[in-house]
This record gives sequence, structure tokens and C-alpha cells, in this order.
Amino acid sequence: MSQIKPERLINEQGLRIDGRKPDQIRPIKLEVGLLKNATGSAYIEQGKNRILVAVYGPREIHPKHLALPDRATIRCRYHMAPFSTDVRKSPAPSRRELELSKVIRESLEPVVFTEYYPRTTIDVFIEVLQSDGGTRCAGITAASLALADAGIPMRDLVVACASGKVDGQIVLDLCDLEDKFGEADLPVAMIPRSEEITLLQMDGSLTPEEFREAFKLAIEGCKQIYAMQKEALRKKYIAVKEVTEEETVEASEKEG
Amino acid sequence: MSVTRETEVIAKIKQKQIADLISRGRRLDGRSLFDYREIKVETGVIEKAEGSASVSLGDTKTLAGVKIEVGEPFPDTPDEGVLTVNAELVPLASATFELGPPDENAIELARVVDRGLRESKAIDLKKLCINPGKKVFVVFVDIYVLDHDGNLTDASAIAALAALINAKMPTYEIKAGEIELKPEYVQLPIQNYPFTVTMAKIGDKLVVDPIIEEEQVMDAQITVTTDQNGNICAMQKSGPKAFSVAHVLEAVDLAREKAKHIRAILGV
Amino acid sequence: MPILVEKRQLVTPGDLIAEGNYLIGESTFREGDKIYATRIGLVDTDGRSVSVVALKGSYIPSVGDLVIGKVIDISLSGWVVDINAPYTAILHASDAIERPFNPQRDVLTSIYDIGDMILAKVVAYDRTRNPILTTHGPGLGKITRGRVIEIVAAKIPRLIGKRGSMINMLKRETGCHFTIGQNGLILISGRSPEDEDLAVLAIRKIEEEAHTTGLTDRICNLIREESQKRGVSNVSN
Repeated sequence: MSQIKPERLINEQGLRIDGRKPDQIRPIKLEVGLLKNATGSAYIEQGKNRILVAVYGPREIHPKHLALPDRATIRCRYHMAPFSTDVRKSPAPSRRELELSKVIRESLEPVVFTEYYPRTTIDVFIEVLQSDGGTRCAGITAASLALADAGIPMRDLVVACASGKVDGQIVLDLCDLEDKFGEADLPVAMIPRSEEITLLQMDGSLTPEEFREAFKLAIEGCKQIYAMQKEALRKKYIAVKEVTEEETVEASEKEG
Repeated sequence: MSVTRETEVIAKIKQKQIADLISRGRRLDGRSLFDYREIKVETGVIEKAEGSASVSLGDTKTLAGVKIEVGEPFPDTPDEGVLTVNAELVPLASATFELGPPDENAIELARVVDRGLRESKAIDLKKLCINPGKKVFVVFVDIYVLDHDGNLTDASAIAALAALINAKMPTYEIKAGEIELKPEYVQLPIQNYPFTVTMAKIGDKLVVDPIIEEEQVMDAQITVTTDQNGNICAMQKSGPKAFSVAHVLEAVDLAREKAKHIRAILGV
Repeated sequence: MPILVEKRQLVTPGDLIAEGNYLIGESTFREGDKIYATRIGLVDTDGRSVSVVALKGSYIPSVGDLVIGKVIDISLSGWVVDINAPYTAILHASDAIERPFNPQRDVLTSIYDIGDMILAKVVAYDRTRNPILTTHGPGLGKITRGRVIEIVAAKIPRLIGKRGSMINMLKRETGCHFTIGQNGLILISGRSPEDEDLAVLAIRKIEEEAHTTGLTDRICNLIREESQKRGVSNVSN
């Protein structure tokens, strides 16, 4: 089923087709450590996006000639499931998936202490189970959590968010329709502590002033999502801590 | 799957030399930080192609060929012609290019050049429509990198654009429901021009048009494509490390400035 | 010059832990005079150094470590051993047998075969090559009885406890013998499978709750309750 362009992407009240305000991100749900086999894993839902990320490693790399003598190799695969889009996507890797695998790897590599594990590989597998715009950003956000869950040493998490222009207005976190029928799309990934940019792409048409505004908005979006990432990591371990603190209280009450 | 690649081992002394020079506003080949190398463009070099251009950017050499065929439109744009851009990093161009189908670097290169052409709407694709939903002109742009001395992106983008400007497409008549191509040729309907400028970050500075040694020591690079109105139509950060926010903003301003230089070279 | 978080506080990669002249320990890095966490874990400090006890992280071999490994391949001159690390380990024939070695494949398989579990020591490891093991030494060699279980290597110190408090309690309460590999593998050898079951249960709980306080007592109580429930009798009761 192909998509038809909606008459307006932003209505008279200034709300977008899914009811959001221009600077609002879609609802996000994050889960960490949900796969048994992977060294680390994470799952993200952002609007209708559903993306699962697994990390394996550091482990020995085969074939051996791909090994780097002084640090770990990172292997990254971004892949969309055939049923993830409106029109079925062929399972064979497309040129887009190959480009995205590269830029996503380059967005994560700057934070990983690869020099701690020479001659090994750290594998990041990003599977898009359902796609609705902004999957590379959501994938990067989840991949950071999967790397942390795997115990891979990092300088910081990496977080990503896209902004763009729709019906002449600068908006945050575009869904698929907005990306297809809007005027510009700007995905950004950054290292939140140092505000360094590790992924930046843009397509469409923006004046330099519009670019500055969109760029700033994407960075704002990144900061909001960073707080959610930290929360997701804490939640996983604090829950166990709380349960056992209850048990300790119960135990001491019994004895007392 | 994308795999971290071993770049050639660079002597530490050389890295230091490049960094020192740059901190004093100069580069290995004597250029200032924001200068392009000498750019030469020659068009119409491949007669059998509908359009072609050969570009040398310093010692980097690229060749772009345009082939125009009649084909079917995409289902969601039935009244538009088709533009497709492909790039090959052929093994003869560098010891680091391996035999095989286009790898992630070739694909990224093609897609960045494509974005510049597509988002600037350089070609009025509606004028390539012959019979809506059934027949349109398909424009193939194939970029061949012949010698790699850095900044393949800009050299490829200039070649692609020059080849399109040089290209001639056939005219046609519809006789009894059949498309008959006539031997009279016209220019492609070009209505805008994308100018692609690539900058590398080395230490704390940006340099325009990185030469291969600079690419081997850089933190990362950024390509900014602007059109004839100064609007930004494509951007791509590439490379193993990161840019500061300030560098990104500086790169955008710098790209708009340097676009004028490319524009002058192409004479548009 | 402060330590900015409480001891045992949970931190995530990139969290600022301290500012100043502290020595940096595990799972931390320094940028200027600021110290940050590189992994998820609990902050630990003795006032002079700052480290993070990671909740997850691979085992990095250290010379002198006792490890439990599985033989996965045989080469002309020795064995390749999986020690649950990013690198496989090598055991040369000369580090396994007392007399000079005569390279015949049959001889090697009769010492250690593919699939054998061995207790070994790390004798060499650096960034340029895989860890080298030896089975020369008392108690080292093929594991013939008992059960081997695996926990996250980072939690081995918690299993041992301060001055051995946790592991001694486990020995006492379950009557089992424990051999602890620094690589996260533990050999449990008890007088009955039921004793070993109890030990496994206790160790799993320790792994899950490694980051909490009062653990030794809670595990002790757990073992006593479970052994009553299961009608298992053991040494201490």
C-alpha cells in the first residue's frame, strides 16, 4: 500500500498529523537486557518505530585479517525486516541500509574504548521490526543502551534525534509521512556530555537560519532522550535493589 | 554489515607535521586552510555517452558519464522522470580499492552526490515525462573514480553536475501510440545547481578539500551541499570521530562561501 | 576536591564520579581532573582511589589468575582453551606435561581432549597475543568431578567476600568444596547432588544481588530455609 500525501501536515491549531506540537517528540519506551543470548541488548519503541538491538563481544574476529592490531573492530548492521514498512521490503540489504550501517557505526565508535580490546570485534546488530521515520536515530539510541548493557566501556552514551521542516515549520522527531512529504530531514547523533556531534545528515532544503534553528532543536531533542536512556539503565538495576531491601526489612522484622 | 577498516598506518612524524602546519594556517601542499586544489573540468570526453565530464581536483581524477534511456516511472511519481546515481571506486584508482560490487564507501559517495542533485531539484524531472505512468526518460549518472588523492566526494559531484549540464537528450514524437525518438537533441531541463563542499576536521581546525594524507589523520569530515540560492540541500558527516556544534556551524558558512568557487569553475 | 557520588551509588557510562587527584580504578577514566564511569556499576572508593564495580563486563585475563576453561581445539603443539574471555587461551604441551614433549597428536588427546574442562593458571598475557596458560602446579589439570557453573566475572569478588566471608559461609552451610576461577567459572564439588544444588541456588542469588548490602546474612538464611524445605542435612546443622 503506497501513501497519499495529506493535504496539510500541520493544522490550523499548529498541531501535526499525530496531534503533536512542533517541538514534541513521540512517546518513547526503552527496555534493556531483554535477550538471553546477546552480551547486551535493548529495545526501543518511538511512536510506531519498533527496533531491537543486540551487542555481542568483545570476541575474537573471524576472518583474522579483519582484526585491527591496536583496538577492537566495530561491526554494525542496520537492517529492516521485510514486514517493517507499508510496502514489503526485500530482505536483501539495500544501498540505504549499507549507508546507514556505516554512518551508525561511525556515530557509536567515538565513545567506545576500543583500544582496551585489540584484535577483537564488538558486533552491533540493529533490527528494525517496524519503521515509521527516524529509525536510524532510534537505532542509535537503543544501540548505546545495548552497548552499556553488554559492559562495553564507553566515554558516554550516544543519543540521536531528528528534526526537520514540515509545512514551512521547523519540527522535532519526524514520523514517516512528515519525512516523505516534508521539506527537510535532519538526523543528529551526539555525545551528550561534550555536545559533540557523531552523526549529521540532511536532505531537503533549508536556509542557513532554518538550519541553525533545526540543528538546535535536534540537540534539544537529544538531551530529552538522554535523560530517558539513563533512566532506563537505572530502572533495570534499581528494581532488584528495592526488592532485596524489602526482603532485608522483612527478615529483620521476623527476627525482631 | 559495516566494519571498521584499517587505514594505512601513518608515521607519527607525518601526523605531527600535518597538525603543526595546520595550526599555523598551512597545509602539506602549501595551500591555506580554505583553498581548493586546482580544478580542471573537461566535458564531452566520452562520445558514446549522452553526457560526460572528466574532472581533476589536484591529483584526484574522476569521470562521470550520463546515459539516457526510456523507461518506466516509479509508482509514486508517475509523472516524473527517473534520476539514478551510481559510483564505482575502481581498483586501478587506489591500492586500497578492492575488486567487487560497490562497498559502503562507494555507496555513500553515490548517495551523497545523488542527494545534492535530487534535493536541489537540479533536473526538472517533470519535463522528463513522456507518457504519465507508462514512459519517462531515465537518466543514469555513473561516476568512475580513476585516481584517489583525497576528496572523492567533491570531485565526483563536480563531474556529475558537469556531465549533466553537458548531456543531450533525444526529442521524440508519438506515432500511433509508439514513441519514436528523433535525432534532434536538447539539453536536459536543468533548473538549479548543487555545489558540494567537503571539509575535514584536523585538531581544532577545518580544512577545505582534504588531500589523502589529511583524510588519513582527520577526526572526521563533513560535506555540505548548497544550491544556487544559498540554501542547504544536503549534509553528511563521515569519519571515525566527532564534530563540535561550533564546527558544524562554521562548516555551513564555509561551504556557502566556497560554493562560489565551484560555481565559477563550472561557469554557471 | 570532592568525590561527587555516594559509595555504592549506581552509575552509568559517562557519569561524573569525582574531581581531583584520586587514583583511578576499574571501569573509570580520567579527563583532565575529572573522573567518569565507563560502565554501569556501583561506585567504590577507599578515599584515595575511585573505581566502579561493574555489573557486567567481560573477563580480562591477568597474569597469575586461576581460571577454569574448556578445551576447544588441539594444535600441533598444544591446546586452544575457551576461558570465557574475548580471547581464546593457548596451553602449550610443555606447560602441561612434565617430560619433554614428542609431537604426536595421540599423545595430546590422551592428556586433554576436546571438551575437557581444566583448571589452569594464566602465565602470560599482553596486548599483542592471546593469554598463555599452564597446568603445572598443585591441583591444576583436568576436572574430573563436580559441577561447573558460570557467573559474570565482575561478580567473583562478591562471591568471595571481604576476607573470604561469603565463600567461607557457603562452604560451611553447604558442605561443598569450591574452586573459583577469576574468569567467572566456579567448580562445585559436594558430597551429594542435593548439596551441590543448594550451592548453585545460592551462587545464582549472589550474582543477581551482588550490588546490595547485607547479602552474606541473607544468603545464609536462604540456604538454611531451603535445606530445611528440601530435607537436606548438612555439616553445620
